[in-house]
Amino acid sequence: MTSKEKTWTWRDIPVGAVVEEPGNASEYLTGGWRSERPVFTPDHCVQCGLCYVYCPDAAIVMTREGYPDIRLDYCKGCGICARECFMSTFGLSCFEMVDEEEFR
Amino acid sequence: MSKRVGMEVSIAVSEAVKLADVDIVAAYPITPQTHIVEHLSELVADGDLDAEFVCVESEHSAMSAVVGSSAAGARSFTATASQGLALMHEILFIASSMRLPIVMVVANRALSSPLSIWNDHSDIMASRDCGWIQYFVENGQESFDHVLIAFRVAEDPAVSLPAIINLDGFVLSHVIEPHILLDEEEVARYLPPFRPVSRLDPDHPVTMGDFATPEFYLEVKKAQEAALRDSRAVIDRGWKEFAELTGRQYQAVETYKADGAEVLLLAMGALGETASVAIDRMRERGLSVGLVKLRLWRPFPAEDLRQALGDARKIVVLDRAISFGAATNPVAAEVAGLLYDAEPRPRIFNMVIGLGGRDVRVEDFEAILEKALGEDSAPGPVGEYELIGVRE
Repeated sequence: MTSKEKTWTWRDIPVGAVVEEPGNASEYLTGGWRSERPVFTPDHCVQCGLCYVYCPDAAIVMTREGYPDIRLDYCKGCGICARECFMSTFGLSCFEMVDEEEFR
Repeated sequence: MSKRVGMEVSIAVSEAVKLADVDIVAAYPITPQTHIVEHLSELVADGDLDAEFVCVESEHSAMSAVVGSSAAGARSFTATASQGLALMHEILFIASSMRLPIVMVVANRALSSPLSIWNDHSDIMASRDCGWIQYFVENGQESFDHVLIAFRVAEDPAVSLPAIINLDGFVLSHVIEPHILLDEEEVARYLPPFRPVSRLDPDHPVTMGDFATPEFYLEVKKAQEAALRDSRAVIDRGWKEFAELTGRQYQAVETYKADGAEVLLLAMGALGETASVAIDRMRERGLSVGLVKLRLWRPFPAEDLRQALGDARKIVVLDRAISFGAATNPVAAEVAGLLYDAEPRPRIFNMVIGLGGRDVRVEDFEAILEKALGEDSAPGPVGEYELIGVRE
């Protein structure tokens, strides 16, 4: 639900509540749900891309150089990237989950 | 040209579905709906109906399949009864909220347990708040006609809501009656091609059946409720234009010898015909009784019913289902609410009749009406009802 729709009265609702604008979920920023933030350590990264594959919100994109880039507007802080990171096998996960309070 | 033929009501219903030229039938066979889908399956297999017949593994899937097909813009039909309708329950609400004009025939049957394949209205009354337009038909001709009427109304862009045609199991679905069938040309004049308000189309993507946060859900429900209430005008127009085509005029509420009657009997579905025989007999004996028949159940025709019930001091309301533990039974609850501020307020006698296929005879109606004639019209205890024929 985007800010535009928040002003809609019941008469403005499209029939069947159909979302007529494809892909508008991108306007719905879910980063505010996050209580922990994944902080990336480039030195640990072997560019395996597992974090990109596992992220349930597609909040990780891969840069041209082959590194993950986390879109914090959408990251809900689930920590799956930190856990599934190949390097976590060696205790060297690329992501450390840090309390969101520390960024205030 | 229209022709008059004798056929089983279920077969006539299937022929109406064929005439509606549906694109999809997804159904699971269940007594007493079976003959409808069996015949549709034959029509598709024989090439007489150019449609997809989806053999599903359950009624939950049947309703899910027609939700998908209707969303894709296909004219979609299904039919069920009893446990089948109960299994569809979850998806019924999704179909109406998504505003998909599916048409479904419910061959009304009792709910288990104990397992009963026989007729009553327990199935639909358990799903009455599903947001669909709901008709109750009385005979074969009405059943046939209402398949076409239901599609016409449901698919009107101003309505875009699914519709259930309630047809009493066995006592109506399995009887052989004369039907005047329409031909393709007549149907083409009455029922235009289905043009959905929106549909799934890869070239013009939309999202259907999305989630809604608390800021949004309330407005969606209000819009849905308004659409169902407003559908009444389109239903009336659908009936009127059907009458112009065929000469058969239907109304939300119909009366039979009701003018000035001291006692009115309110019936739904196939019982109406039996009841009218009882009214004839009693009128011949000079007794002041009349009949009111409720054809439209949702949207509830409150104003029509209030007018039809008029000044009657005593009203016998028939229910074909028990609302366990409730203040009163489903139809009686509606009528009691409707007449709450009537002046003077009539007395309501609530009679639950014909549960699980228990036979309902002309004599039963005569006995019920005679009893009401003998009582005074002062309101009785709230929620009191009689279970007709129960062995005490």
